[in-house]
Amino acid sequence: MDDAQTRELRDDAPLPAWKHGDAVDAATDALIEPRGDQLFSSTVTINKPRSELFAYWRDFAKLPSFMDNLERVDIIDEKRSHWVAKAPGGATVEWDSEIVEEQPDTYIAWASAEDADVPNSGRIDFRDAQADRGTIVTATILYDPPGGVIGKVVAKLFQREPAIQARRDLRRFKQLMETGEIATSSRNQAQAQQERQ
Amino acid sequence: MRALTWHGKHDVRVETVDDPDIVNSRDAIIKVTSTAICGSDLHLYDGYIPTMMKGDILGHEFMGEVVEAGPKSTLQKGQRVVVPFTIACGACFHCGKHQYSACDNGLPADNQDIAQTLYGQPMSGLFGYSHMTGGYSGGQAEYVRVPFSDVGPIVVPDGIEDDKVLFLSDILPQDGWRPKMRTSSRETPSRYGAAARWACSRFNPHF
Repeated sequence: MDDAQTRELRDDAPLPAWKHGDAVDAATDALIEPRGDQLFSSTVTINKPRSELFAYWRDFAKLPSFMDNLERVDIIDEKRSHWVAKAPGGATVEWDSEIVEEQPDTYIAWASAEDADVPNSGRIDFRDAQADRGTIVTATILYDPPGGVIGKVVAKLFQREPAIQARRDLRRFKQLMETGEIATSSRNQAQAQQERQ
Repeated sequence: MRALTWHGKHDVRVETVDDPDIVNSRDAIIKVTSTAICGSDLHLYDGYIPTMMKGDILGHEFMGEVVEAGPKSTLQKGQRVVVPFTIACGACFHCGKHQYSACDNGLPADNQDIAQTLYGQPMSGLFGYSHMTGGYSGGQAEYVRVPFSDVGPIVVPDGIEDDKVLFLSDILPQDGWRPKMRTSSRETPSRYGAAARWACSRFNPHF
């Protein structure tokens, strides 16, 4: 078994949390070259009414409560906000984002400002599920991963595969909305703290 | 605290590990008074279950006394409880139908990928049974953190010995589990498994 395979099997932790020396570098080396726009989407069904879910999401300052990579979101005005995401080594990636279209209780579409390090846009849709199962929430995100050093940081940030992160963030959103908390197997607060870093 | 930890095939050790405490508001901390070794623990001991990690605390059949309850737990300090194997949220679509083993939210978000890949959907968390089922610390220990403690634990009245109710944690209800799985709700309930399960069903008038 070669090194890469051993690494895969050793650890199921999020990539930035891997403890094995060069694991992150090895995983992201292949991603330095620009690849053009990346589009992905993820969906979750949440046992809550549309209006409640929309209201929580629309208050962007609350998003870091379930989006692991976000450090904070500052609200600039009704349409614009400033996003700060965590990067390895205590660094951050920041950008401004603007709502380009929205329909209350139905969808929000956004796009980043022109000078963003990581140009991105997307939409979040809220639709009624069948048979009183609540709401179908779909996130669709388009982003342009840059090359070079920043590209490497971004690749680490999004754990190679942004769809994985989006899927997990949506699950945490579901947990928070349905149960009031986010499930964790940490045995105590010290462990939970460690996992969040 | 002292706890039984897994280190590999045929290698389990009683070690001193960090005590649990309240992490989420619906948690409770249980001081274990009785715990059992399940036939399924042998699969871990024999190394047949993937996604075990060194240091994982085993045990999914246990009961004890509540020593601490989070602000949103319905348990009270001093109560005796039997803790079921499954960790379920009580709020999702499936929990609403009492299909607790199919709970959408029992697993941490990062652990759900494995179950989703294998089974097509997430499932409930389980105590002390690999990271595929959440990586939760189990009950062969002095203390256990019980998540969603307002849903699973069964309060036991004083005066009933541990031995009479301990099996409510896994082996006894397991016999009624299969017909409740979401994929088999229309199938004929079937009996399967080991003699202990047969005995439970044979002598329990509810099954």
